[in-house]
Amino acid sequence: MSWVTKTLNSTLGKKLIMALTGLFLILFLTGHVSGNLLLFKGDGGQAFNMYAKFMTTNPAVKLLSYLTYISVIGHVIYSIFLSRQNKAARPVNYSTSKGSTNSAWSSRNMGVLGTIILIFLVVHLQGFWAQMHWGQVPTVTYAGEDYKDLFLIVNGAFKQLWLVALYVISMVFLGFHLSHGFASAFQTLGLNHKKYSPAIQTVGAIYCILVPALFASMPLYIYFTSY
Amino acid sequence: MKLTLKIWRQKNAADKGGFATYTADQVSKDMSFLEMLDVLNDQLTEKGEDPVHFDHDCREGICGMCSLYINGKPHGPQQTTTCQLHMRSFSDGETITIEPWRAKAFPVVKDLVVNRSAFDRIIQAGGYVSVNTGGVPDANEIPIPKTIADLAMDAAQCIGCGACVAACKNASAMLFTSAKVSQLALLPQGQVERKARAEKMVAQMDAEGFGACTNTGACEAECPKGISITNIARMNREYFSAVVSSENI
Repeated sequence: MSWVTKTLNSTLGKKLIMALTGLFLILFLTGHVSGNLLLFKGDGGQAFNMYAKFMTTNPAVKLLSYLTYISVIGHVIYSIFLSRQNKAARPVNYSTSKGSTNSAWSSRNMGVLGTIILIFLVVHLQGFWAQMHWGQVPTVTYAGEDYKDLFLIVNGAFKQLWLVALYVISMVFLGFHLSHGFASAFQTLGLNHKKYSPAIQTVGAIYCILVPALFASMPLYIYFTSY
Repeated sequence: MKLTLKIWRQKNAADKGGFATYTADQVSKDMSFLEMLDVLNDQLTEKGEDPVHFDHDCREGICGMCSLYINGKPHGPQQTTTCQLHMRSFSDGETITIEPWRAKAFPVVKDLVVNRSAFDRIIQAGGYVSVNTGGVPDANEIPIPKTIADLAMDAAQCIGCGACVAACKNASAMLFTSAKVSQLALLPQGQVERKARAEKMVAQMDAEGFGACTNTGACEAECPKGISITNIARMNREYFSAVVSSENI
């Protein structure tokens, strides 16, 4: 076994992969939410559709998207490895355990939260990402160029109350996942220092509320403004 | 005070074990938790029953020998060692559940006694420094900044009781190992083995079958010596910088 695989197979190595993929996905979410804010522009979806085309055709974005897929898959696979190791480390459970007195609920339920987010992700990708890539999407023409009308698909989808509810609830779970994951990733990387940790914790606290709230506002906005 | 005690009884490592319920009458609020168990054991012995086995040694909160998972928390409701816990922390008529530390790496020996040799092996793997032979060195020969000495001493407070492993939902030994890595890595005397120490102690920790860290902070909250999880971050730094730069392939 080379020193690289030995390191990545160690407990700290596995945690390193969780932290790095997690932080990359946090960057991805930042980009994703900023781009999607174009839904609020009120131009009939022109800016959003042009942005969607850019995101599916630009080679640099393509590279980033592959990194995102790898990060999602890596984050999931390594969470399974770690969960199995953690379960094996305590074969007999306590009859009474007061975890709530010493740690946050979200920190003790990252696996559950992550699983819910993964299920949401499958529904989400199937609804928009797969449609954009391989689905039958009507086109619109801006300045003589054809664009897939993803805006229409999004608007159609969020007229359904159940889907809006699913999105909003999933974003609550995402918020809880991030409320622990953000600062935790820095701790795993060894970045816990009295000079920087307060800033990391503050940014994490704002991020875990702001980003899911912005995401959730999109289906809510479409549902309540389209008749 | 009158208490109902739900205590884990297990004949040996191979036995499946289970809870037994006892009643403790006339418990004084000023008794320590272990004295309360001593009285129970006296009564059991008088009745010809096998007394409850539990670990203890100094009963001063400094040796790290006492354990006990009391009412869902390691060392019970106070942030102390079990020997420093007193019955005034409980109320009359209460049912107290007492379990051993639960971890694959801490197998139950008998009743509430667990084998914590895994910790010894982690220390053996790298928790030492090279010292020159010859005359006794002068005191304060090596200058160490006060802040660094304080951090090292804070880490060295760890008594290896295993409450961190017991509290952790993953039975992870990161807080213990990181305290042992930190106390030496911070000091000039610990530099010779610095990289090898981080690599070897982490490898031994993994080999013992402890879980991974989810950064819940439960260990820090339950540690009777207040060891901080900043030590875990330091161990991660030590480990990652060691693996990318050490001579060990």
